[in-house]
This record gives sequence, C-alpha cells and structure tokens, in this order.
Amino acid sequence: MTPPRSGQVIAPDQAPPASAPGSTQEDDLRVVGTPFRRVDGWAKVTGQTRFADDLTFPRMVHMRLVRSTLPHAFIRGIDTSKAEEMPGVVGVLTGKDMPEPFGVLPVSQDEHALCLEKVRFVGDPVVAVAALTEDQAADACSAVTIEYEPLATISSVDEAIETSEPLIHDYGDEGNLHKKISLQFGAVDDGFAQADEIFEDVMFYEGSTHLPMEQHAAVAVPEGGGRITLYTSTQTPHYVHKVLATVLGMPASRVRVIACSVGGGFGGKSDIFSHEIVAAKMALVTGRPVKICLNREEVFYCHRGRHPVLMHLRTGFTKDGAMVAQHLKTALDGGAYGSYGVASTYYTGALQTVTYGLPRYRFDSIRAFTNKPPCGPKRGHATVQPRFALEVHLDKAAQRLGIDPADLRLNNLLPPDSITANYLKVGTIGLGACIQAVVDGSGWRERFQSLPHGRGLGLACGSYLTGAGLPIHWNHLPQSAVQLKLDRMGTVAAYCGEAEIGQGSDSVLAACVAEVLGIGLDDVLLCVGDTGLTPVDLGSYSSRVTLMVGRAAIQAAERARDRLAEAVAEKLDVPADRLVFAESRVFDSGNPENGMPFAEAVQRAEEKFGALATTGSYAPPRAPGRYRGSGVGPSPTYSYSASVIEVEVDPETGLYRVEHVWIAHDIGRAINPVLTIGQVEGSVYMGLGEAMMEEQVFRRLPKNRSNALVHKVPSMLEYKSPTFHEMPPVTTYLIEDPDPEGPFGAKEVGQGPLLPIMPALANAIFDAVGVRIDQVPIGPHMIRKAVEDKAAGGDGRYGPKAFPDIDFGVPLMVPTPDEGGDGRATNSEEAGVRKGSGTMADGVRKDSKP
Amino acid sequence: MDHYTTATLRVNGQDLRVVFPTHHTLLEVLREECGLTGTKHGCELGECGTCTVLVDGEPVLSCLALTAEMEGRSIETVEGLQDGNELHPLQAAFADLGAAQCGYCTPGMLMAAKALLAENDDPSAAEIRTALAGNLCRCTGYHKIVEAVEWAAGVARGEADAGPAREVLFGASVPGEGS
Repeated sequence: MTPPRSGQVIAPDQAPPASAPGSTQEDDLRVVGTPFRRVDGWAKVTGQTRFADDLTFPRMVHMRLVRSTLPHAFIRGIDTSKAEEMPGVVGVLTGKDMPEPFGVLPVSQDEHALCLEKVRFVGDPVVAVAALTEDQAADACSAVTIEYEPLATISSVDEAIETSEPLIHDYGDEGNLHKKISLQFGAVDDGFAQADEIFEDVMFYEGSTHLPMEQHAAVAVPEGGGRITLYTSTQTPHYVHKVLATVLGMPASRVRVIACSVGGGFGGKSDIFSHEIVAAKMALVTGRPVKICLNREEVFYCHRGRHPVLMHLRTGFTKDGAMVAQHLKTALDGGAYGSYGVASTYYTGALQTVTYGLPRYRFDSIRAFTNKPPCGPKRGHATVQPRFALEVHLDKAAQRLGIDPADLRLNNLLPPDSITANYLKVGTIGLGACIQAVVDGSGWRERFQSLPHGRGLGLACGSYLTGAGLPIHWNHLPQSAVQLKLDRMGTVAAYCGEAEIGQGSDSVLAACVAEVLGIGLDDVLLCVGDTGLTPVDLGSYSSRVTLMVGRAAIQAAERARDRLAEAVAEKLDVPADRLVFAESRVFDSGNPENGMPFAEAVQRAEEKFGALATTGSYAPPRAPGRYRGSGVGPSPTYSYSASVIEVEVDPETGLYRVEHVWIAHDIGRAINPVLTIGQVEGSVYMGLGEAMMEEQVFRRLPKNRSNALVHKVPSMLEYKSPTFHEMPPVTTYLIEDPDPEGPFGAKEVGQGPLLPIMPALANAIFDAVGVRIDQVPIGPHMIRKAVEDKAAGGDGRYGPKAFPDIDFGVPLMVPTPDEGGDGRATNSEEAGVRKGSGTMADGVRKDSKP
Repeated sequence: MDHYTTATLRVNGQDLRVVFPTHHTLLEVLREECGLTGTKHGCELGECGTCTVLVDGEPVLSCLALTAEMEGRSIETVEGLQDGNELHPLQAAFADLGAAQCGYCTPGMLMAAKALLAENDDPSAAEIRTALAGNLCRCTGYHKIVEAVEWAAGVARGEADAGPAREVLFGASVPGEGS
C-alpha cells in the first residue's frame, strides 16, 4: 500500500458539488483526511532543508558569548581589552550597548540582551565577541575578564519564600515571588460541606527541558537602507520581531525576521533569546553578517522548559465519585527570569475544569524567582503538572470509593457546550469516546486489578487548548492571516507568518488551500515565517496553528474560489453554485465535461477582475470570563485524550518497563492522519521521558569552589532521554468528531496526547505493586522505597510530604455560572488586584523595570 | 595560529581536495569546507548520533572523527543517497510516513539505516531498534522511523506489496466501530 504522494489528488468520483469550503462533509474532501507526504518531506530527507546554522553569507563573521560562571552576583568590572586585540576579532559588545529591557510578556520585561549590573544564573550571557572564525571568537572569549561580587543564591521555592533579600529582581508580587494568584470560583466551602469524602494529596513534578536536537542558531544580516534581517531558529518570529525593534531602537518596519526550519521546538524556541538580539546588534555595529550557533551546554542554559511544580490538591467527592469542590495550590520554581512564567502560573490552574464536572473551584499559586535557567513553556505548557496531580488523585479516589477508575471518569464527564466554573467555554468533547477506546483496546475491564503481582494497568486522561484564546499583546487584531496570490500560470502562492517546527504546519496550510481550490498540494507554493513578506501569524505555540492558520487559509481560498467561480460561471454559462473545483479543474457538476483547467479559470478571473489576490484571517471568539486572570485558559476548542499504560515492575529492585501504551485522541478531524499519529506518538514519547527519566536539576559546587548553583547535567549523555529501546509499542486511536470551530473540524494534536501519559504510568505502577509514587520522574529507587515502606506497615507512598505554608491573601471571588455569575469578580478591590502586575486579559502593561 | 592540513576526501563517490584546520572534525569539514550541510550536529560530543555519516560503509559519528585521518576513506553523507532525482527507498519512506518531523536527526538516521540494510536486507523491528539506538530523535517517538525502515527494506528487496499497514497511516481501528 502506497500513500498518495503530495500533489496526488483522489478522484472526485462523481462527487456532489463542493459545499462551503471548510465543510465537514466527509464525502467532499479530497486532500484533507488522506495520509499525504508532508510538503516539506522531500527537502528534509535529501539534506536540502536549510536550518539556521546551514546558512552562510558573504563577509559573514562568527559570534560567541561569554556567560556567567556565578549564579547570582553584581558585575563589578568587565575587561575586554585583551579580547579586542586577539586575531580575527571584529567586534565586542557588553550590556551597556543594549540597555533596553525586554521579555516575551508585557508584564515581565526583565531581561537584557547582555547582563547589565547583575547576573542571575550560571549561563547568563555577559559579553559577546565576533571574529572571522568561530575558533577565533571562542579564543577571544577566553581572554575576557569579568569581576563579580557574589550574592546569596536562591535555589528553590522554599528558599525564595524564606529569603526576601537579596532580591533577584526588583519587581514582582512579593519579595522573590514573581507572581501570586488566588482565585475562587463559587462557594467552595459549601461544596466541601456537602462532600461525602474529602481527599488530599501533595505531589511534585520535576522540571525538564525540551532537548531539541538542533542547537539554537541565528544569522543577522545588515541590509542597505538601515534595515536588518535576522534568520533564526524560532517558533515565534512575530515576537522576535517586536523585541528586536524595541531593543535595537529601530522602526519595526526596518526589521525583518525569517523563521528558518526549526530542528525541534517543543516550546523551547518560543521565547526571544539573548543571542538573537546580540547577533542583530553585532551585525549593525560591524556592518557584516553575524552567525551564532549555541553549543549543547548553552542550550541547557537557554532552557525555558517545564517548571518544577509542587502541588496540593484537596477535593470533595460524593459517594458515587462526583466532584463537588476542589482546592488546588501550586508552587512553581520559575528560575531567573519571567519569560512566559505569569502565563505558566495561571496555566497550572486553568484547565483543571475542562474534563470532568467541577461546580466549585479554588486555585492558589505562586511562582518564585530562583538562580537557575528560566523556566517557560514546554509541550503542554504548565497544564501537565496539575493534570498529573489530578489524574493520580482521581485514581486514588476511585480506589477508596470502590469505583472503577474508568467509570469514575465516564460518569462525571463535563457535558459538551459547557461553561465551566472558571468561565471556559467548552465545545465538543470526545473524551468519553477516547476512554471507551483505550478501555476496550487494552482489555481494561478484564485485566485491571487482575494481572499477576508486578504487572499493572493505569488509566488517565487529559485535555489541551487548540490555540490560546487571547494574544500575548492584547489587541483586536487577527491572530493569524493568509494571503493568496493566483496568477495566469495557475500558480497559487500562499503567504503566512506561521513557523514550521516539524509539526507539519506547512502541510496543513497547503492542504487547506488545495482542498478548497481543488488543486494538488504541489500546486501550492508556500512563503512562510517571514515578517517582511508574510502577514502576521502569532507563531507555533499553544497548539494554535492548525486551527488558526487553517481557518485563515480556508477563508482566503474561499474568497479566491468565489472570484474564479464568478468568472467561470459566466464563461461556461452555468450557475456558479453548480461549479466543482477538483482535480485542478473547474467544471459543471451536472456535466463534468463542461469545464476548464484551473489555470484557465484563473485567466478568466484575471480578465474580469484584474490581478488576483485574496486574504483570510482568524481571531478566536471572545471568552465569557471577565475577571483578572480569565485571559489564560480560553480556547476556540479543546482536544481530549485518554491513555491506558501497561507496566511490568520488579518489586525487588523497583526497575520497571512500560510494556504497552494505548492512547486515544479527540482530533476532531485529522487533516493528515499519518502526521497526526506522528504527533500522538511523539507526545507519548516525550511524556514517557518526563515520567521515567528526564529532569533538569541542579547542584551546588563545594564552598571552596565558589558554592555556585550549577546545572547538574548540561549534556545529552547525562540528561537521560528515551532511546529506541525505551519506547514501548503504542496503539493509537484517532477519534474523529468534527468540531465546528476547527478547519474541516480539526482540533490540535501536538500537545494534548502528552498529558495522560505521566499519571497513567503512576497509576499503572500502583496496579502492579500497590504503591503510590506521587512525583515524576519515577525512579526505581522510589518504587523500592515505597514497597519497603508498605511492607513495614506504612502507606506505601513515595512523594513530597507537605506544601509550604503560604498566605495567599483574600482570593478573587468569582460566582460561577450556576450561581448566576456573569464572569466578573465581586471583590476586586478587597482582593487587592494590583495595577501593573496583570494578566494577558488586561491589556498591555509594563511592570517596574529592573 | 591554526595548523592547516590538505587532504583528498572521497565524498559520495567524488574526490574533493580540501584545506582545513588540522584539529577540525569530519563534521566541520563536511559542513564548512565541502558545503555539505545536510549532515547535522546536535552535541559535538558523540552523544546524540545526529552527525552520523558512513565511512567505508560503517556508521561513524562525524563529530568525533578527525578529518586528517580520512584520506583515502570512502565517506557517504545524506547528499549521496539519491539516485539522480529519485529518492532512495529509505528517503521516500521517511518522507511518506512522517519519520522526518523536524527533520534534524533525519540525515543521521538515514545513514545509520543504510548501513543496517547493507548488512541485513530483512531486519526485524528489534534489529532496526538496536542498529539505530545511538541516534536520538525528539519528535517521532521512533515508531514511524522503524516502520519506514521496514517499508524501505521491503521496497529494496523488490517486494511488490511492501508498504505500511493501514493502522500505520490511519491509526488503529476504534474498538466497536467495526472498520
């Protein structure tokens, strides 16, 4: 069996006239739903794809950065004089050359391209050197001397709570706490009072990093006319564009950012990085193209990965397993800078309500600054940690209440078209079908709690956004846009600011255009991720691209099709609504012989209307929440996933092996099923890595060697990730129930399937050997200790003991929809909602600058 | 000052005369002096397998190989896989199954897989996993890569019905839906 090549269109086979583009009528679809070769596939297997480090330009020089060797210190002096005299050196920059602060979120403008007065973690960049060769630049970096005055180091959330001085930053909600949140939806105490049972858990989720195979790289090219172009490995060219213009002090119209093919993102290339800004500045100073490619150690310092999160979860249940109230507390270790952290903090609470009915909910959270590489968004952005806690918590509740964990979930599914207690509007929900598929596929009903000691099954679920409902920079502009150019040769060029990071966004864009216009995938020429030539798309994050780019592409293609149809209808003398666009032809559905090639249709339209170009754009529907913090969590639609994991555990050693993963994902409709499965399998893989072994952890050097807090394992060999051998067989079920918001009904798939994996593994280990591991990654020693504990009469649990005692103040009270709420808080003043420490819902603000 | 070495490298069947800093690795010289940027780097420490090329048919981490020792050896890179404009069966299968997502580990995977198929034209899934276990991929979860190598091996053996199972392309049949 050979999958169709790109460009190969399945015969219409007397298809009825194409109904509205974006139709979810399966019979109409010719490209969408087929496992076509990804449009960038040929280049990727031939070595022709150009990643940022593959680019060279005439007169190009190479840049390296000198990074801090101390975790927290004042910079008392920088001597670059020797470096400037080294062979080949053409430029040296320090922080004072770029003093304007920046940050991806308007509320966290706390970074500098090169550190000004302070360094805040080992790896913070201080000096940049450019030279004719990379070797010369590295040699010159070694000749730079920096004098530091060390400061006390904060290494954990607990230390940040205890230590108000020295401040890592001079902004934030309290001392070294960057962000503090307390939200209450409904009469939570009344809910607990009605509960038959109340269960509590404390859980910990260790930090991990993205570990993309491609090291970050960028090339900045000075152009004539005071322009600069930056080629970079980024998921978010638009945000890089904005920050570059700000820090360089240039009109944004003179700055152009081109997103190269990204060699692995996973959230790790969605921030703006020091090296990108410094390369641009160096190019402007030296007048020459400047390239920088980070080494692997530096990639660990860039980080912006999964926040370590400690969680306390308390839930009231009825006897039959329905949740009546929940109180979640989370504490995030943010690292040294804000990054996306304010959003991350909200995300540790926002999506707890979208899977199962939860009438009343309280959420308290802090994010601490610590002297470590900054955390940020990693696949599933900060919804992963509380999902782990919730799904293990539910497994324990099911056990205590004597209810099958699958039934506990199935009996309490959130109904479709709900508005949750925290005012998220949820549309279609395929979770029930997902649970059913993995329960049936795994033989759950016969095998759960029935396997021999040492073997077990665990079930868990998850949900994720299909695109964040609000943009980072609050405005009423489209969040995605597509322009189409059609010409008399039959070429259709699609321009869009989206960034292909491997997830297949180019293929989605081409498929949506090809589907509507009835042409082949190879007839669509793409120009993407270029802020100079393409209309803005916000970037590849929050699983937004398929839905938002897809919707914009469909609108642009529909408009083009309408123009062509009007001209062709006139020429063929048939009503426009009888025309079919298929097989690169436009013809009368009543008489398929009566038609013309697509290129001729363009010519007829060009004669009638002049040159042809159309646009499409998309902005998500407005969400119902009106309280401070309601900007994080809304989405046009949510995807759902369920997984069953089978594990074999040796109770003697704690060593375990994942034998099989069954996973079902509510995709709405798969634009390309083989690429969709690839996203599911990749999510399962990354989830298993986090569940089993991946951890970004730190240690202190001995006192006589600076006492610095350093990365324990800044190498790929020591940062363990799964190889071919650790990856178990995966059975993937795609649950297709087209969603009215999605292009052709599609939802996201890049992130959601990761969410159930970690808790499903923890739950499977319990079924296998009867012990609870309440943290990830799960090491064999944890299982071994818990087994020993149980044998000695303990509770057979390994995990954190307590959540720190934190005064969250008066929560912001928001009556729920069931209580007659209108989405607004009732006590904003009492709750001390502060000006200038807002959320993405509150518009553009700037905090006090450091 | 750097010391430079001059050598003739046999790359993808053609002799290339190159001058390079003596301490530079095969990875650096392929990418910089030869202009063959298809070979990627992920760590430059021999940890990830991304820079795998074939030297005399054997997979080698080019980031650990000194170019100065490569004179007279036959070096194969991803750029040499195609036959004219025809993709090698491994390339076609990787492209069709999405075994290349971001595509960054792909050149190294392809070369390691080529070495395997040269030794064993009908490898089991377990043999494929073992042969490629030194190559990390963060995107795919590895399954599509194994399935692509199996498919390509079948094509290379000339099997007319070589090809992925339906569930590789469309997912497993949902229980109870009877398809």
